[in-house]
Amino acid sequence: MKVIVDEPKCVASGQCVFAAPDVFDQRDDDGVAIVLVEEPTGEMVPGVREAVAVCPAAAIRLTQE
Amino acid sequence: MTSHATNDALDAESDLVPYYPMPRSGACPFAPHATLRKMAASGAPAKVRIWDDSTPWIVTGHADQRALLLDARMSNNEKAAGYPHMTRGRSETAKHTPPMITNTDAPEHTRLRRLVNGPFLAKRIEALRPKIQQVVDERIDDLLAGPKPVDLVKTFGLPVPTLVICDLLGVPYDDHEFFQDCSNRCISHSSSEQEAAEASAALAGKFGELIELKMKEPANDVLSQMGAFVTSGQMTHLEAILQCTAMLIAGHETTASMISLGTLALLQNPDQLAQLRERWDEPAFVANAVEELLRYLTIVHSGIRRIATEPVEVGGVRIEAGDGVIFDLASANYDPAAFPDPDTLDLTRPARTHHAFGVGPHQCLGQSLARVELQVVYSTLYRRIPGLALAEPGATADVNFDGVAYGLHSLPVTW
Repeated sequence: MKVIVDEPKCVASGQCVFAAPDVFDQRDDDGVAIVLVEEPTGEMVPGVREAVAVCPAAAIRLTQE
Repeated sequence: MTSHATNDALDAESDLVPYYPMPRSGACPFAPHATLRKMAASGAPAKVRIWDDSTPWIVTGHADQRALLLDARMSNNEKAAGYPHMTRGRSETAKHTPPMITNTDAPEHTRLRRLVNGPFLAKRIEALRPKIQQVVDERIDDLLAGPKPVDLVKTFGLPVPTLVICDLLGVPYDDHEFFQDCSNRCISHSSSEQEAAEASAALAGKFGELIELKMKEPANDVLSQMGAFVTSGQMTHLEAILQCTAMLIAGHETTASMISLGTLALLQNPDQLAQLRERWDEPAFVANAVEELLRYLTIVHSGIRRIATEPVEVGGVRIEAGDGVIFDLASANYDPAAFPDPDTLDLTRPARTHHAFGVGPHQCLGQSLARVELQVVYSTLYRRIPGLALAEPGATADVNFDGVAYGLHSLPVTW
C-alpha cells in the first residue's frame, strides 16, 4: 500500500496527523500534509484508512502495489 | 425537463415548502425537526423557504452531503445572486466582505486557509493540552470552593473556551466580556441589521487596535502573526481584523455550547455518563465520546450554505447553476444509514465521520482545538465532581436557539 497526498487539494487541517501520527506530519510554514511513511504496514494501516476517511478535502489516497 | 417541472411545482405550492431553519422543541432540543426527518427519509434533496422568501435546496442525507460538499461545483461565493444567506444582516455584510476562507473557492480558498491555519497545526493544538487542562482544573477548583447551585454556562462552559481562545489569539482576558457581548450580538438571529453591524464594527475597532499594538510589540500569539502578515503584505489590515473576529466568534461560543449541552445530555443518560467517569483515562474512548456528543448534539443548526456554479445531479434531482443549496448538518448526523439508531447516545459507536464541523475543504478551522478542549473537559469535569446533578431536575432546558449554533442560556447544577 502506498500513501499519496494530492498537495494542491490539501487545506492543512491536520486531521491526518491526529488519525495516524506515525505516518503524517504537517509542514511548519503552511500546514500542508507530509507523508512520513510512504508504504505503511501492520498497525499503521487502520490509522491511515481513518486519515483517508476524515480528510476534509479528500486529498489522501491509497494505491495497492 | 423533469427537474424544472419539479422545481416549478414546488415553488407554486408554497404552502408545501417548509420554512428553514425550523424551531427546535425545548423539551427535546437535540434531534432534527420532525419535518426535516421526513424530508431526509424521502432520500432526495428537497426545497425550503428562507427569510428572503427564496426557495433553495436542502440536502439532508449523509452521503449526499459528503458528495456535494466535496464537489467543486458547490461554491462559497456569497456575493453571487441567489446565494442562500442565513440572515438579512449577513446578506448585507457579504457585499462588503473581502476574500476570506469563508467566502472563497479553491485555489484562492486553499491559499488563504493555509495562511491562517498556522495556530491550528495538529502539533501546536496538541501542545496546548496541558494549558487547557490547567484552565479546566482551575475553574473546577473555583466551583468546588464556591457556593452551589451554580449556573454551569456562566461559571464554566463559557469561561473555559473564552480563556483558551483569548490566550491563543493574544486578547487580554480583561476584554473578554466585551468580546463575548459583541460576538453574541453579531450572530444572533434576533439582531437587526444595524445591531449586527454595530457589534461587528465595535469588534473590528478593538481588534484593529490590538493588531497595531502587536505589530509594535509582537508576542507568540495569533494577533501578532496576523500583524506580521499585514507587515509582509500577505493580508490587508481589514482582512486580518475580519479573520481574528471570525476566529474569536467561532472559537468560544460553539465550544461553550458543547460543554453545557454535552453535560445536559450526559446527565440525561446516566449510563453513558458513568462510562465516561470510569474510562476518563482511556484517550481513545474519550476521543470517540467527544465525536459521539458532537454528532448527537450537532449544534450548528442553521445549515451551511452554497451556490451551484454548474448543474449537479444528486439523489435523482438536478440542481441548476445558480441554485442555492443548504446542508442541514443534524439531518446527516441522524441519517440511520450512517449512524444506526441515531437517537441513542452511545459513546462507543464509531462516530468520527459525523458532519458536526461540516465536511469538505471548508470544514471548521478550529475543529482540532475544539476536540482537545472537549476531551479535557469531558474527561475531567465529571471525574472531579462525581455528584454533578441538575439543580432543577425536570425543568425544561433553557435553550438558546438564536445563533448560528444553539446552546443553553443557563444550566443550574449542584453536587
